[in-house]
Amino acid sequence: MSLDISFIGILIGSIMASSVPLILAASGELITERSGVLNLGVEGMMIIGAISGFALMVITDNLFIAVVGSMLSGVIISIIFGFLTQSLLTNHVATGLALTIFGIGLSAMLGKNFVGIPGKEFPILFSSLKESIPFFGPILFGHSIVLYFAFALPFLTNFFLKKTKLGLVVRAVGDSPVSASNQGINVILVRYCCILYGGAMCGLAGAYLSLIYTPQWIENMTAGRGWIALALVVFATWSPIKVLIGALIFGGITILQLHMQAIGFRIPVQFLSALPYLMTIIVLVVISRDSRKIKLNTPTSLGRIFYKEK
Amino acid sequence: MALYFFTPFIAIILTILGGGIIFYILGFNPIEALKFYFLTPISNLYGLSELLLKATPLCLIAIGLSFCFKSNNWNIGAEGQLTFGAIVGGGVALLFYNQEGFYILPLIIIAGAIGGMIFALIPAILKTYFNTNEILVSLMLVYVSKLLLDYLVVGPWSNPEGFNFPETRQFSDSSRMPLLFEGLRIHAGIFLALAAVMLSWFVLYKTYLGFKIKVSGLSLKTAKYAGFKGKTMILVVFMISGACAGLAGVGEITGPIGQLHRMISPDYGFTAIIVAFLGRLNPFGIIFASLVVALTYLGAETAQIFLQIPKYTGQVFQGMILFFLLASDYLLFFKVKILSLKKNELRH
Repeated sequence: MSLDISFIGILIGSIMASSVPLILAASGELITERSGVLNLGVEGMMIIGAISGFALMVITDNLFIAVVGSMLSGVIISIIFGFLTQSLLTNHVATGLALTIFGIGLSAMLGKNFVGIPGKEFPILFSSLKESIPFFGPILFGHSIVLYFAFALPFLTNFFLKKTKLGLVVRAVGDSPVSASNQGINVILVRYCCILYGGAMCGLAGAYLSLIYTPQWIENMTAGRGWIALALVVFATWSPIKVLIGALIFGGITILQLHMQAIGFRIPVQFLSALPYLMTIIVLVVISRDSRKIKLNTPTSLGRIFYKEK
Repeated sequence: MALYFFTPFIAIILTILGGGIIFYILGFNPIEALKFYFLTPISNLYGLSELLLKATPLCLIAIGLSFCFKSNNWNIGAEGQLTFGAIVGGGVALLFYNQEGFYILPLIIIAGAIGGMIFALIPAILKTYFNTNEILVSLMLVYVSKLLLDYLVVGPWSNPEGFNFPETRQFSDSSRMPLLFEGLRIHAGIFLALAAVMLSWFVLYKTYLGFKIKVSGLSLKTAKYAGFKGKTMILVVFMISGACAGLAGVGEITGPIGQLHRMISPDYGFTAIIVAFLGRLNPFGIIFASLVVALTYLGAETAQIFLQIPKYTGQVFQGMILFFLLASDYLLFFKVKILSLKKNELRH
């Protein structure tokens, strides 16, 4: 196999494609966590987005409705989490786990009649440019609109958190809900919004898998990507731009294993697959040791229940 | 207090109702479907044995988790500790694959418990010495252990005569849990679970260690003020929890499975978290909860056969149980509020 320049271009393009669901889900979860809410239901919300996107595509034959519908379904399922943790003050960890378990089960139930139906081709942009430009073509062009959105999202998220008033409100709620509440901010409302936004992004991430990346419905097709997205948020130390970098690294590892399998490379693929998880643990250890580093971006009240005494 | 142990029943009833509604939406007769789900599986002796078989690992893991949760340590990686316990125990079993002897099974069991314990020590040590979040570390390690198992059964430990199937050799007869009844799969592992229940009850309610665990769970500040060493306790509860998960792992591979392969556990480690909550972290409550949750596994298998719905439906029920249980806790919280208000009123 020759490692010529056009092959590397195609390789980078495929790494980008595989990192899209991670970027989307992790960016959504990042906003949720920055508001102080730890939602372990990412995997569940993604798989619900995947099945509802695919089902809507089959039923309505309209990809726009399918994509929007997948985001809506992510929102709907995250309402359960929001209602339980914010209104009924339940434990974030347990509720999030329940959401993942529930979501995987429900998606398989809903998707029963959609197994084996072929997907529809998702329109790609600038496909002519992809072929004509040797190296940059496959990297920059010939992707779906969702990919371009995903790659813009970390920058938008960064701008939102750092430069807008609403972003400041979200960070304030995550760092010190009590002070934020004393300033007249409706902490519960802000957290609700962040949870629902996270749901929408996870739904979109799922739809990307079932509509674009591997256009079909398979039970449990998210295959742990939700957990990697969760790891990614920590790996990125809650910084949106680092989410993008991390997603490309984690996505790159996935693509790399496929190619290494193909050329019969010595390192067992399982060790490569385990790398994202091990790297996350190492990052956790490094940032947790240094209290200054962890204070930088970590939402101080992450996972703690807040309620206003009346 | 009575309400505290009563709400799990409310949660179970609401889950059954919710399941009925979902079955109705999917176009099944809800009564019929629920009957297939909850009654058919346990209407004969074989079904009851299967119920106990599935409840055994759930009960064992949940007992271990109750130590962690009671002391405010969020070990959610029991699935990983189960897997690693099974790897270590399975490794010992493979050493003796062509030998027989009474000492083999105890060795495997001890190895499995130690394996789970070591694996649980990773998040515990990182938490105590590096201040890392145990939720995320224990969760990440689940995938690491599953990939390690995958590597072993595909690579170095795969059966040389196994036509490249991703599985190890069959364990020898001495490596298998003795069956309790001829023709049923229920095995001696259930006594491990029962012993764990008794021991945990004794430790939690009759010893100083149990007292310390409970105090730390209720208030970390109080525990510090009382001079309890937090660090040692974190290590101890994680070790107990990991050992129990490891035991559950060896119970599975030396019981119904008899070898190592990729799918040694249908997420028992995660589901046991639901069991621990449903059982209110109480040893006897956990026995009851493990039976209920085991039934959702069995029901899903029956429903798959009779109603042709995917066996993942079990997870819909498991998720719902936890949702409703957590939601019904609000009732308790609310009640506490009303009571404290009344007390204040009395005072003024």
